[in-house]
Amino acid sequence: MKKMITGSAFLFGDNIDTDQIYPGRYLELVKPDEVAAHCLEGADPSFVKKMTSGDVVVAGRNFGCGSSREHAVITLAHAGVGVLIAESFARIFYRNAINLGLPLLVCPRITGRVKEGDIVEVDLHGGLVKNHTTSEEIQGEKLSDYMLEILQSGGIKPLFKKLTADM
Amino acid sequence: MGMTITEKILARHAGLDNVEPGQLINAKLDVVLGNDITAPVAIREFEKLGMDQVFDKKRVVLVPDHFIPNKDIQSAEQALAMRTFAKKHGIVNYFEVGRMGIEHCLLPEAGLVLPGDLIIGADSHTCTYGALGAFATGVGSTDMAAAMATGEAWFKVPETIKFVYHGKLKPWVGGKDLILHTIGDIGVDGARYMAMEFTGEAIDDLSVEGRLTMANMAIEAGGKNGIIAPDHKTLDYVKKRAKRDYQVLASDPDAKYAKVIEYDVSELEPVVSFPHLPENTRPISEVGNITIDQVVIGSCTNGRIEDLRVAAKLLKGHKVHNEIRAIVIPGTQEIYRQAMTEGLVDIFIEAEAVVSTPTCGPCLGGYMGILAKGERCVSTTNRNFVGRMGHPESEVYLSGPAVAAASAVLGRIASPEEVL
Repeated sequence: MKKMITGSAFLFGDNIDTDQIYPGRYLELVKPDEVAAHCLEGADPSFVKKMTSGDVVVAGRNFGCGSSREHAVITLAHAGVGVLIAESFARIFYRNAINLGLPLLVCPRITGRVKEGDIVEVDLHGGLVKNHTTSEEIQGEKLSDYMLEILQSGGIKPLFKKLTADM
Repeated sequence: MGMTITEKILARHAGLDNVEPGQLINAKLDVVLGNDITAPVAIREFEKLGMDQVFDKKRVVLVPDHFIPNKDIQSAEQALAMRTFAKKHGIVNYFEVGRMGIEHCLLPEAGLVLPGDLIIGADSHTCTYGALGAFATGVGSTDMAAAMATGEAWFKVPETIKFVYHGKLKPWVGGKDLILHTIGDIGVDGARYMAMEFTGEAIDDLSVEGRLTMANMAIEAGGKNGIIAPDHKTLDYVKKRAKRDYQVLASDPDAKYAKVIEYDVSELEPVVSFPHLPENTRPISEVGNITIDQVVIGSCTNGRIEDLRVAAKLLKGHKVHNEIRAIVIPGTQEIYRQAMTEGLVDIFIEAEAVVSTPTCGPCLGGYMGILAKGERCVSTTNRNFVGRMGHPESEVYLSGPAVAAASAVLGRIASPEEVL
């Protein structure tokens, strides 16, 4: 995980559910690049075409509500989303994202402070969002050390392997 | 300071006398569950971690139900991966087609989830089991993989919202209406990260089936778990099914709640959730004239025998409207057989509804009732998200079985009182 993540912002609204992130009709797909091809298709069918690796998804409340499907995290990670910023995340989605090493930041004041296409930089350690287009800084919630450690290891599985190798 | 039932279950499984909201604990699990969508992912992770055995062959439960019986080649491959794993590891509670059912109908029926248990499942509706006085919550496949290996998981102890439902419910109003009403009030993130404890006269009066429906949809308010303290109805239900000990717990009178929300539900009408969020609720009298193309009666929310009885009562002597189709899906083989014994299947077929083998199928847009562009469905399932049941421009209206059956007869969203 990079300490600072910079990319173009793509804006989404409140309650972006797991069926919008990854529609159920594709749940039989297994290969990560096939899963990535349908990223956020239910919310914006052209998202995958428009975005480039490292770009930033900015959303409102309760991002990732609904299903426990990890495809929702896999699709975002493999499409190349650099970091997710939302006012709040649904619980299972948040836990899955940390487990799979997808950086994300809770930032209750984000709505209205970033426009589509703005260049934003996220400092995960400081929980800080810098909007380079408007020069505004928006403070989000810092991740706990434990969650940062998981993200820095690339997810819970690499961390688990690292810990068991150390024993 | 007293504890809530949720806190008590978490404390016991963490080997602690007390826990408080916000506390991180590591706890022993009674059951780890997966299905044909989530378990194959977990199995791959489990094997990549280099694990060679599961923590307990009886406590890992695998239920192929989402795209099963296999809907296509890819689903067949997923099912095969699960079957192979179950065989290799001697999983006792693997349910093959013919014995399987929709997981959250099947596990309570089979006595695999019991009061006082701590359960995780790689399915968001795992929260259903809270209706029996257990702590049950959904996780992803990676958590499932780790839990299959260790039999443990970490949790943050949630705060609890206590819901009190006063009054007697009117005819045709049930658990689904209570939970939709609640979600309509607090919103789809109104209980985010929190425990939802359901209490009061209307809950006492509900059957175990109705309570399972309520706890099932705690996740639709963002809840970590839904829970109802066991009473004599719970114990009657579990006594004949349990094959191991269980713990009957209740919240202390001085337990601390983040919030207490009280409703007088004596005048509550059947509730319908409009697209595309469960919180978009309206009482049936304010629905207006909405024509439909399909009705689905089933799912982990409303696929139990009581739900089928309600639907049959309304469909008896009627035909499904000639411009729509109605699909009835009993939740398990046992429920299917019971419905046949009671003559319910006859009523459905006579009414020209189809009766399917147990599957989650249409609820998540898998198969067995996918919607075309612009089509509308009244469904007893749990989510009406964009594209949930098919085309992104189709629509799902959520209701209980009574409104769904009445709507099947009239071809538009209808009150049961218009039919009976």
